Amino acid sequence: MEDKFAKTEIHKPENIVYKKSDLMVDRPLSYCPGCGHGTAHRMLMEVIEEMDIQDKTIGVSPVGCSVLAYDFLDIDMIGAAHGRAPALATAIKRLWPNHFVFTYQGDGDLAAIGTAETIHACNRGENITIIFINNGIYGMTGGQMAPTTLPGMRSSTSPYGRDVPTMGHPLKITELVAQLPGVYYVTRQAVHTPNNVRKTKKAIRKAFELQKENKGVSFIEIVSNCNSGWKMTPVQSNKWMEENMFPFYVLGDIKVDGKLVEKKETVEKD
Amino acid sequence: MGELRLMKGNEAIAEAAIRAGCDGYFGYPITPQSEVMEYLMAEKPFERTGMVVLQAESEVAAINMLYGGAGTGKMVMTSSSSPGVSLMQEGISYMAGAELPAVIVNIVRGGPGLGTIQPSQADYFQAVKGGGHGDYKMLVLAPASVQEMCDHVKLGFEKAYQYRTPVMILSDGAIGQMMEKVVLFDQVPRRTDAELIEQCPWASNGRPKTRNHNIITSLDLDPAGQERVNLKLQAKYRLMEQNEVLYEEIQCEDAEYLFVAFGLSARICQKAIDMARAKGIKVGLFRPITLFPFPSMEVSNVGNRVKGILVVEMNAGQMIEDVRLSVGCKIKIEHFGRFGGIIPAPDEVVRALEQKIIGG
Repeated sequence: MEDKFAKTEIHKPENIVYKKSDLMVDRPLSYCPGCGHGTAHRMLMEVIEEMDIQDKTIGVSPVGCSVLAYDFLDIDMIGAAHGRAPALATAIKRLWPNHFVFTYQGDGDLAAIGTAETIHACNRGENITIIFINNGIYGMTGGQMAPTTLPGMRSSTSPYGRDVPTMGHPLKITELVAQLPGVYYVTRQAVHTPNNVRKTKKAIRKAFELQKENKGVSFIEIVSNCNSGWKMTPVQSNKWMEENMFPFYVLGDIKVDGKLVEKKETVEKD
Repeated sequence: MGELRLMKGNEAIAEAAIRAGCDGYFGYPITPQSEVMEYLMAEKPFERTGMVVLQAESEVAAINMLYGGAGTGKMVMTSSSSPGVSLMQEGISYMAGAELPAVIVNIVRGGPGLGTIQPSQADYFQAVKGGGHGDYKMLVLAPASVQEMCDHVKLGFEKAYQYRTPVMILSDGAIGQMMEKVVLFDQVPRRTDAELIEQCPWASNGRPKTRNHNIITSLDLDPAGQERVNLKLQAKYRLMEQNEVLYEEIQCEDAEYLFVAFGLSARICQKAIDMARAKGIKVGLFRPITLFPFPSMEVSNVGNRVKGILVVEMNAGQMIEDVRLSVGCKIKIEHFGRFGGIIPAPDEVVRALEQKIIGG
């Protein structure tokens, strides 16, 4: 090997143009290749690193695919019971009002078993950030139907597709919490393209900045793929997400500065 | 000497929490213990000491608020009554698994189900044997007076931090509601954040660049790792059994017969002793104060000196199992209980002693 390609040569600081956040633990992620969790983790850690608030940040991880989030995020974390993260975050923020507190939850965790904790933490206007990863399925337990599974969508507990008359409607909990006066900022983003990743990071930064102002809950939904659960390749799953998830879970801001964003639908006039 | 006051048991719990330097109370209203949160909200400890008081949306949320607060090292407490404590079992199991300190008060009412709002001791098994899933124990204190309601809060917090474990105060609706004089201990200042960080280096409250990140969890997917967690917990429980047993003996020196009772039942037995002794029956009382660790050796020592034991409980026979395991089967050990919210009268207890033990 030529000297100029030696490892030490390449690792000189002036040669580094791009690297992972120092707050990402040097350990392989447990997520399936192609999954959006890793990117969401990274954006979160980049924001905390850039704001230099790691010594004042307490994260709450859920039960679900991201149950081991604390193994990858090099900040202080508490692993909640299934669905209870907003209750933990409530107490943590009340007891440490000058700290930054966030929960990181999936759709089964936040929108099914933890619905009460989600709604009431939001309604109390806790000064926390909730990061909600919605992939329309229970990933970790093997692809069962979630509260967010689309009508007709197949899962291991809706093998012939979600039958709305017998299995109920998918829950748009993000639109629901946006109605609550304690919630200040609500947005729905994605992490499957560079442009969307940038927007997501911006949203996370905004949410953490808002915690300084004690404005109430900032709620960021990230619509993500689950290529394993959906039984697709990563590329197929991203395409399927764009074609099926995004029309139902429309990306963009839902509530900004405490005010609902008016829909820009064009109504045809006679 | 501290301040003398006439208080309800529930009020004493609340005042003791403030004075013990508690950082946060999280609860949900349920009879017969709602006075705890009512007292706290009226007393405004957030102004007195900076203590947080928050009414949760459910007992499930309340116990998980405890879990979150305790995970950051803060001194946290909740109180509830039987149906509410059933809802908390998941959270208690997680706290035991993650080794988090907290005080949980159960002002027991009659069950099962919605049961009644009247006093009961039917949650002994749930408290002592581990009401949630997995192999865990809590240190369980059983106050028998309003004074002990107050003192056990302070003691509970001390032991919770010493052993990194949830501590339960297992009381009942009568002790919660009744008024007695109580000597309140002086205000203990709440710990500063710096003191807390020094006392709880394990807590997740923001990672300075000088240390590794702290993780609070009860999860270990590797069975060998999870077995290590269990062995650590069991070693802690053995240590508690060696060092934390509390009990009281009343008129046991010359006793030919023995009552074994905790909490309110022990108070009733004290009156029954007077009545029995007036009839010439030499009976004493052994009162476990810690239900876990159970005073096995101690009750066995007294039990082996008497002719028979009547275990008096406001349930269908729960602690009697631990008394029988401790004393063995050489002497007669019977149970007397009223349940569903009925408080037995002392003469009923004496009659039960005469019929089930002396005459039986």
